Amino acid sequence: MSTKLAKIEKRTAYLLILPSVLLVFSIILFPIFSNIWISFKNVELKDLRIPEPRAKKLVKIIKNNPTQIKIIYKLRNSSLTQEITNVKFKDKYPDNIEPTNLDKRCEFKRKLLHCELGNWPKKYRENLEIVFQNTNNQEISKKELKSYKPKLSGKSQNILLTYEFTLNNFKKVIKDKAFIDLLSTTFYYTFFGTIGAIVFGILAAQMVNQKFFGRTFMRSVLLFPYVAPVVALAYTWELLLDPTSGTLNNLLINYQIIDGPINLLGQKYVTLNILGFDFKLRLALTTVIIFEIWRYFPLAFLFILARLQAVPKELYEAADVDGANPIQKFLNITLPQILAVISILFMIRFIWNFNKFEDIFLLTGGASGTRTLPINVYQQGFSIGDIGMGSAVSIVIVVFLLIFMFIYFKLLGKRANEN
Amino acid sequence: MKIKNIFTYCFISSLFLFSLICIWKILVTLQGIELTNFNFNKLFAFGIVLCVINLLIGKKFNLNIKIILLALLFSIFDYFISINLPIWYSIGIYLISLFFFNNIKNYDRNFLSKNHSSQKLFFNFLTLFGITLFSFVILFPFYMMLVTSFKTQALLLLNPLDFSINFTKGLQELFKSYFIVFKDYNFGRYMLTSTIVSLGTVIITLIFAIPAAYAVARLNFFGKNFLSTSILIIYLFPAIVLVIPLYTIFSQLGLRNSIEGLLIVYTATTLPVAIYMLQGYFRSIPKELEEAGIIDGQNWLGIIFKIILPLSLPAISSVALYVFMIAWNEFLFSLMFLDRPNTFTLSRAIQFLNVGAETPRQYLMAGSVVVTLPILIIFVYFEKYLVSGLTAGSVKG
Repeated sequence: MSTKLAKIEKRTAYLLILPSVLLVFSIILFPIFSNIWISFKNVELKDLRIPEPRAKKLVKIIKNNPTQIKIIYKLRNSSLTQEITNVKFKDKYPDNIEPTNLDKRCEFKRKLLHCELGNWPKKYRENLEIVFQNTNNQEISKKELKSYKPKLSGKSQNILLTYEFTLNNFKKVIKDKAFIDLLSTTFYYTFFGTIGAIVFGILAAQMVNQKFFGRTFMRSVLLFPYVAPVVALAYTWELLLDPTSGTLNNLLINYQIIDGPINLLGQKYVTLNILGFDFKLRLALTTVIIFEIWRYFPLAFLFILARLQAVPKELYEAADVDGANPIQKFLNITLPQILAVISILFMIRFIWNFNKFEDIFLLTGGASGTRTLPINVYQQGFSIGDIGMGSAVSIVIVVFLLIFMFIYFKLLGKRANEN
Repeated sequence: MKIKNIFTYCFISSLFLFSLICIWKILVTLQGIELTNFNFNKLFAFGIVLCVINLLIGKKFNLNIKIILLALLFSIFDYFISINLPIWYSIGIYLISLFFFNNIKNYDRNFLSKNHSSQKLFFNFLTLFGITLFSFVILFPFYMMLVTSFKTQALLLLNPLDFSINFTKGLQELFKSYFIVFKDYNFGRYMLTSTIVSLGTVIITLIFAIPAAYAVARLNFFGKNFLSTSILIIYLFPAIVLVIPLYTIFSQLGLRNSIEGLLIVYTATTLPVAIYMLQGYFRSIPKELEEAGIIDGQNWLGIIFKIILPLSLPAISSVALYVFMIAWNEFLFSLMFLDRPNTFTLSRAIQFLNVGAETPRQYLMAGSVVVTLPILIIFVYFEKYLVSGLTAGSVKG
C-alpha cells in the first residue's frame, strides 16, 4: 500500500514540475548549450534569414480576346548567398479555365497548377508565363484570378545545422589586442561597482537603523533607483550629465567650481593632479560606475538593514557600559555581525555586475573606454553582425561565471557548515 | 580634551549648517534664480559664532526661544549678504536654520566634557547630513525627469538651470508633452503592450511555478535535491549569454516581433526565482493541515487550491509583484526581439525615441515618466510585499 502511495506521489511530482522544467530547459539551458555550437561556426547576421523561393503574380489582359488571359509569375530566390533545392510551386484557379501553353515542368489538374521547378542557384530569377483559356468562351474575371496566391516550397541548407566547425572565432577573441583591455575594464567596473554599492549600502543602513522622523518614507525613497526602469533612469542621467545643456555642468560652472564643461560620459581619460603626481582617471568608466552604485546600493542597503535590525540591542548596551566609542562599537559589534551578509552580497553582486549590459549600453553604448564583455557580445553579434564571434564572447563570459559560481557555492557551503 | 571637543563641535556644526544651506541654494538656483556664490567664508564664520553663542547660553534660557532667536539671527545675516532674492528664499533659510539649531539645542558645556562626545557629535551630524544628501541625490534625477517633461525645448535651451514649473499657462500647456507622446508617438499602444506582457508574464509564471514549487517543497521524488540546487544555478545565468542563441532560434521560428515570444522568454527567466521563493514559503506551512485535507478525501489538486493557495497569498502576491516589476522594467530582450514599432514595449519605445532622429528631450522625459510612474506607485502602495519579494529574489538585478 505504502509503495503504491509513494508511486502516486512520485508521478504527481513529476507531473507538477514537468511544465516548468521543459520551459526552463528550452529557453535557458538549451540556448546556453547552443551558444557553444554557434561559437564554433562562421555565422553572420545575414545568414540567419532562411532562403525562400518567392513568386509575384501578374495578371495581364490579352487585347481583343477577353476569353484568354496571360499570367506571369516572377520567380526569384530571396537569398543572395545560398541555393534552394527541389522547389515546388502550387497555385489555384477558378472554374472553367485551362492553360493553353504549359511549361514542361508543370502539370494542371482539377483547377490546380503544380510545378517542379528544380534547383535554384543564388540570386536566381525567372519569369514563368502561362496563357489561360476559358472553356465556355466566357470572359475571365481578373479579380478572381488575382485573389489566389501561389505557394512555393523548397529546401535550403540551414547554416546553423551543418557540421562545419571552425576555431576562428575563439582565435579572434583571444588574439584581439583589445581583449586584455576588455577584461580589465570589465573587472574594474565590476569590482568598484560592487564595493561602492556595498559601502553606500552600509552607510545608508546605519542611517536608517536610527530613529528619526520620516524613517519609513526614507526607506522607500532609498529603494527608488532600484525599482524604477533602467531606460528612464539612464536617459535622465544622460541629460543631467550632458556637457552643453546638462544641469550638473551648468550648476558647477554657475558656482565657479569648474571653468568649462566636462563631458563626463564621452571623455575617456582625465588627468588629475594629486599631491604633485599626475594621475590618469578613466572618466567615462568612473561615471558609469557611479551610476551603477547609485542604482544598486539600495539592494545592499535592504539586506544589511534587515541584518542590522536583528542584531541584539544588549550587545550595544554592554558596549556602552564598557565605555566604547561609536567607532569601536561599529568595528567590534556591527561589522562582525554583518560580515556574513556582506560576503554573500559581494559574490552575488559581483556575478551580476560582471554581466551587466543595460546600464552601460544605455549610457555610453560602450564608447569612450566603457566596453565590457557583455557590451562586446552585443557589438560583435549585432553591430558588426558576426553571430559566431558574439557567441564566442558569451562563452568567455560563461566560463568566468562558472568560476565565480564555484567560489560562491564553496563559500555558501562553508557558511552552512559553520552554522 | 575639552578644547578639542569644543573645536570639533564648532567646526562640524557650522560645516553641517553650511552644507544644508548649500543644498537649499542649489535648489533655489534650479528655480531659475540667479545665485552664483555659496558665500562660504562669511556663512561658515558666522555659523561658528552662533554655535559658540548656543554653547554659552546652554540651558539657561527657554530652549524654544533660544532656537527661534538664533535662527532669526542667521537668516537676517544671510539676507544682508545676499542681494535681490525673493522672500521665500529667506523663509527657506529660516526653516533650515531652525531645524539646525533645534538639533544642537541640547549641547552645552556639560555634554562636551563627557567621554567620546566629539565622536558622538560627528556621527550625529554625519547621520543627519547623510539623510539629507542621500535624499537629495536619489530624488533629484526623478525630480528632473518630471520637471523637464513640463517644459518646452526653447525654455530648456535658454536656461538649463531653470526647473521652475509655470502653472499660469494652464494644465493644457503644462501637460503638452504628454499629449504629444500619447498622440503622435503612440505611447498608449506601447503602454498597453507593456501591461499585457507584464500581466501575462505574472499569470503564466504563477501557473507554472505554484505546482512546481509545491512539488519541490512537499513531495518526494528522485532528483529533488538536484532540482532545487539547479534552480539557483540557472537563476544566476544572465540574459546576455542567452541573447544570441535565442535571437537566432526566434528569427528562424518567426517568433521575433511577437508578444508571444516575449512572454515565453520572460516567463522562463522569472520562473526559477518564482519557484525558489514560493517553495521556501510552502515549506513553512504546517504539514498537519495538508494531512487533514488528505483525510477529508482531497486529492493533490484540491490540497493546492483549497489549503496551500489561500494560506500563501502574501507570498504569492510578493512573487507576482516582483515578477511584474521585472517584466515591466525588462530592456535587453525587448531590444533584441522587437524591431517593429507596432510591437514595442514602453522601455523599447523610449530607447527608440532616443536613438531615432532628434527627439526633443521633454518628450523623452515625458515618456520616461510614463514608464516610471506606474512602477513607483505600485512600489509605494504595495511596499511591504515588494520589499519581501526584493529581499528573497534579489540575487538577480
